[in-house]
Amino acid sequence: MGDSFLLNGKETPFQQGQTILEAVKNGGVEIPTLCYLKGSTPTGACRICCVEVKGARSLVAACSTPVSPGMEVFTDTELVHRARKMNVEFLLSSGRHNCLMCESNGNCRLQDLAYFYKITKLKFPEKDEKEIYPIEDVNPFIIRDFSRCILCGRCVQACNEVVVNRAISQGYRGKKSKIVTGGDATYNDDLSECVFCGQCVQVCPVGALTEKKAKGLGRPWETQKIRTTCPYCGVGCQQWLHVKDGKIVKVTAVEDAQPNEGRLCVKGRFAYDFIYSEERLKTPLIREKNGEFRTASWDEALDLVADKFKEIIKKDGPDAIAGVSCARSINEDSYQMQKFFRAVLGTNNIDHCART
Amino acid sequence: MIVLIGTNITEAHPVASTFVKNAALNGAKLIVIDPRRTDMVDFADMFIQLKVGSDVALINGLMNVLITENLYDKKYVDSCTEGFEELKKKAMEYPPEKAAKISGIPADTICELARTMASIKPAMLMYTLGITEHICGVNNVMSCANLQMLLGNVGVEGGGVNPQRGQNNVQGACDMGALPNVFPGYQQVANAESRAKFEKAWNVKSLPDKPGMMMPTMMKNLATGKVKAFYVFGENLANTEPDIHHVERELQSAEFLVCQDIFPTETTRFAHVIFPAAAWSENDGTFTSSERRVNRVRTASVPPGDAKPNWWIFKELAKRFGHEWTSNSAQEIWDNEISVLAPSMAGIKYARLENDGLQWPCPSEDHPGTPTLHKGGKFTRGLGMFKAIDYIPPAEVPDKEYPMVLSTGRRLYHYHTRTQTGRCDGINDILGEETADISPTDAEAKGIEHGEKILVKSRRGKVVVKARVTKEVPQGLVWMAFHFREGCANWLTNPVYDPMTQTAEYKACAVKIEKLK
Repeated sequence: MGDSFLLNGKETPFQQGQTILEAVKNGGVEIPTLCYLKGSTPTGACRICCVEVKGARSLVAACSTPVSPGMEVFTDTELVHRARKMNVEFLLSSGRHNCLMCESNGNCRLQDLAYFYKITKLKFPEKDEKEIYPIEDVNPFIIRDFSRCILCGRCVQACNEVVVNRAISQGYRGKKSKIVTGGDATYNDDLSECVFCGQCVQVCPVGALTEKKAKGLGRPWETQKIRTTCPYCGVGCQQWLHVKDGKIVKVTAVEDAQPNEGRLCVKGRFAYDFIYSEERLKTPLIREKNGEFRTASWDEALDLVADKFKEIIKKDGPDAIAGVSCARSINEDSYQMQKFFRAVLGTNNIDHCART
Repeated sequence: MIVLIGTNITEAHPVASTFVKNAALNGAKLIVIDPRRTDMVDFADMFIQLKVGSDVALINGLMNVLITENLYDKKYVDSCTEGFEELKKKAMEYPPEKAAKISGIPADTICELARTMASIKPAMLMYTLGITEHICGVNNVMSCANLQMLLGNVGVEGGGVNPQRGQNNVQGACDMGALPNVFPGYQQVANAESRAKFEKAWNVKSLPDKPGMMMPTMMKNLATGKVKAFYVFGENLANTEPDIHHVERELQSAEFLVCQDIFPTETTRFAHVIFPAAAWSENDGTFTSSERRVNRVRTASVPPGDAKPNWWIFKELAKRFGHEWTSNSAQEIWDNEISVLAPSMAGIKYARLENDGLQWPCPSEDHPGTPTLHKGGKFTRGLGMFKAIDYIPPAEVPDKEYPMVLSTGRRLYHYHTRTQTGRCDGINDILGEETADISPTDAEAKGIEHGEKILVKSRRGKVVVKARVTKEVPQGLVWMAFHFREGCANWLTNPVYDPMTQTAEYKACAVKIEKLK
């Protein structure tokens, strides 16, 4: 028999070392969180996950409190909900949380919690405009809107403990608190260690950190998520393509997927729009005698290549033709190309860039 | 323990590096072996800054210590390997003092490193092109394997010899038989049984039995006239191959050049016909990652204009030779042909790839895939084979006229020749031009300031490029990438190749730098 605790009066097993949050989840109960970030040290900063523990002097943060045998945990009491609601009300007044104008509308945990607790007006006065740090919009990828930052610290945990780029940290104290990089520089400043992996954006539960390139291009309920594999290095990171009207508007990492477990790099997250470049090749091209290219139909171009190959094979044999396949394209394309060279042209002169 | 050798993992494989950093922070020992002080050194227990191209000497020196001090895994060596006596003989020719002289690593450090490596199990060795892009690339890889087998680290989870593959589907292109000697699934073209199998499947009378040319030979034969027609699918050879002047002469001499690409490139300038292809996210398919994991790629957008999927283009060409190929989608090609013909992928079908993909070998549809190869020290050939290997220096070493070493590679923000990343909003703002990375010592000696334009010259070419003065680079080394046409390292690199794989020596040639007047 393993250890157990009482979850809302029901005996529930847990494993040594588990936090209340983890053990409760295994027991089938969801506790709302804001600052909790899987895989990093809990900070207990937001207090949204507070629960009642019998005998404790006050409510405890489920994310940072270990369970002990026989512990009586209550997640659904009036006291718990009152405290959570109050915390949400504080956070709603911590900046300018006006959802209409927020890129994260529909993708915001604070918004979800305000809705859940049926909050219809601000209980506390909003933070003075003068005390809010200005928006940072000078780097090409990430907008930092401090008026929406709830200082939960998820971005700091992600940067330091998940991707370990150690670029951002908690800065200043009290009401001057701010998430800073390189001694309070901009993300793209020389002092900043930021490598634009965008993990901070991936984990931001509100609209404080958003993708600049995605701005205004589609709300979550307008986009479709398509899972795919990154087209850059050989790690094989799993991506969500956020697609609206047949166009990728944003890329995020697939959480809990192998091999990347919710992580991407700058290229995986932000280098997707090359496919929409005006410079794309859009039609077959044939070079004229004067050296200029002219457009051609598929039939004309394919016939020309086939005829020329036949002529060369007739004159010089199939080994006078050679080809290199593409290590960027899909398996099926390489398969087809080597099949074409071997079965149709009759040569093994097929290679690709693996050796260089 | 993790050993990184010849891999700048934070820039070339950034997401993989995050897991290595996690491991290091969680207490795993980390050893970084590289000529440059890469970012991973911040997390390393030991940093071994060896001289460019001295890997074999260093590893032989390490094995010398392991054997002399009886620190190697004797049980593993006895039961799982062969060729130990020859290896031992060779290693004995490399006492730490000799290895020290070649690699620049003090003998004491070599001893300490060997003892550290022997003290922790398992240890995972990861390498990238710092190992392979030498005229002794094959020897370098085999030396890594020698070391790991000697330590009993092959065939265990958390161990192994792990190449981080550079392109998203370079593993897959190999698996698919886009190689001159093998059919899909590494079945030899020289083997009559294999040929018979593919002749039947592809409905042809005979298939060629002689392995074909490797890419550098193809290009050389464009100039000799032996190769008349050259078909380049999705490669920008005019920027990626060593010695651009020479490469362009070769491309120029093709009687007939077909390019199939998504963009006009420096290479398509030489084409006679250009086919416009569908890009990533414009058709369904699969990529195979470094860890042999076959992953799905899915359609999100339509290709522009008349651009077509690559598989369709080859099918249409085949039709013009009277070959009617029945598969009419990537899924049909995979499910009905590839997985049927390649035994190691027989169990992989699109229906099984919905989530995290599958790692081959996966021989049957109820097989879960294979994350770790050679489990329990059981190798494909039976016993792991040690190879006694000698050190050879790079083909071109510094001399009076060209006193510095040029080594090349990639940077974080761009990918290869920028055909893709150069056309993504924002990336050029972060990294807009090539630099020559040089040490503060060399900069000072030449009176060169950080950011100042300098001349870098080799026997093959010269470029004018900004100097990036950085402590990442040791004295005597110049480091450059090949992302930008202007200032591309390949104007300078040396077209000499590993004799077995024809991998070019991108990692070492001789150059000089000059302050511009």
